[in-house]
Amino acid sequence: MNVFDGPLGRPTPASGLTVRGLTLRFRAEILFQDLSFDLPPGRFTCLLGPSGVGKTSLLRALAGLMPVRDAEIRCDDTGSPAGRIAWMDQRDQLLPWLNARDNVTLGSRLRGEPADGERARMLLAEVGLAGQAETQPAALSGGMRQRVALARTLYEDRPIVLLDEPFAAVDAPTRHRLQRLAARLLAGRTVLLVTHDPLEALILGHEVHVLSGRPARIAATLRPDGLPPRSAASPALAAMQAELLDRLANADSEGLP
Amino acid sequence: MMMSARLGGAILALLACWQAVVLLSGLPPYILPAPAAVGHVLMTRADIILGHAAITAAEILAGLLLGTLLGAAAALAIDHARLARTWLLPLVIASQAIPVFALAPILVLWFGYGLASKVAMAALIIFFPVTVAFLDGLRRTDTGWLDLARTMAPAGRRGRFAILLRIRIPAALPAFGSGLRVAAAVAPIGAVIGEWVGSSAGLGHLMLHANGRMQIDLMFAALSVLAALALTLYFAIDALLRRLMPWAPERFLDQSEEET
Repeated sequence: MNVFDGPLGRPTPASGLTVRGLTLRFRAEILFQDLSFDLPPGRFTCLLGPSGVGKTSLLRALAGLMPVRDAEIRCDDTGSPAGRIAWMDQRDQLLPWLNARDNVTLGSRLRGEPADGERARMLLAEVGLAGQAETQPAALSGGMRQRVALARTLYEDRPIVLLDEPFAAVDAPTRHRLQRLAARLLAGRTVLLVTHDPLEALILGHEVHVLSGRPARIAATLRPDGLPPRSAASPALAAMQAELLDRLANADSEGLP
Repeated sequence: MMMSARLGGAILALLACWQAVVLLSGLPPYILPAPAAVGHVLMTRADIILGHAAITAAEILAGLLLGTLLGAAAALAIDHARLARTWLLPLVIASQAIPVFALAPILVLWFGYGLASKVAMAALIIFFPVTVAFLDGLRRTDTGWLDLARTMAPAGRRGRFAILLRIRIPAALPAFGSGLRVAAAVAPIGAVIGEWVGSSAGLGHLMLHANGRMQIDLMFAALSVLAALALTLYFAIDALLRRLMPWAPERFLDQSEEET
């Protein structure tokens, strides 16, 4: 247990991820051609792009869910990313036949390890669901379900966390709370968040890459001042958000007046 | 509760219609006996009828168990192996082209006049709906669940087995449940056909003999017990499945209740 500093098990040191020469196709279409980027260790990196640019495919490729040819995807410390990446989707993906705690410990059971119910309980408490460990997913609200999914992601205790628009399906106030919660609980891990929401990217990202074009490439990289989670009320953030919205709208506007 | 109240009402209405037809048409009792006459036979010859009913029930339950096990095993095999998919699946489908009625004499010849041939018949008739429903469920696991599980499970055979056991089979259980409901509804057909073709006991046997001796009231009594047996089996299976799978969206009998 000496690698972990506390019951939630924060791995130290965090590992970065290097991606070089990634080409991804979806059917006949080339989504990404020779894409390269780095995820700095222990930082939140955001990939911002319009819907349909291929963000989800990119995350699936990094998570090993899609075959990738010729690309180099490497963890800075151990090399192969196998078994070092946790993945969280826009949909909570909770299994309806398991209660909240058993959903959180699903990974253990898939690996044939004993489930650590105590740690699951602590993680659920951490996301504000202390009393809901025995509750079935159907009895939870959308925001609560997404918090269970966040606890499940943390239970996996992987140094690299991929988030696919994880807060897109909940209402705005819930999203606001979830963003802050994620920033706090995922601090110290290497996080890649893909989103189409400039504000979300600016609140959470140490670095924000803007994707555009077809095949998509990184058109711009922003490093907003200050540390995430940033306040949405700051004028600098509002100005950047307006600029990003313009940029996304232009990238997206073929055929529109 | 609503369900059983409606069922009771429907049965009462059916009995009333039956009595009305008897009164209005003036059909002789050896064509259509009155409900009261059938009820009388049901009471006076209860020992004989129940004895035969117990045998038929045993045939149905054993057939249901065997057919379900074979159907589930076939679905898993077809899902698992390409060899099974190319050879077993066509066989399963082809088995449906042969009418079960036509097979009954052969099964009686092979398995004898006792329980075994009826169990085989019921199992045969159940096998297909269970296999197809379960296989369909296994093939249609939510891809999001599978993606999530793949990021968690170990690579290779061990991971695939864990995903089958923890994700795909539980996810397929509601579909398996609908197959089982169909099976519960058709299992009595298999058992009774088997009894008609060759048997020394069972409700089908009793009906055939009552018919031959013009004891139409006894025949109707046996038929009503068979119907009660089939309904009880169906609702017991349905209740069990709901209890075991509260998350399953399978609610087709209650749907009208919720929507109206």
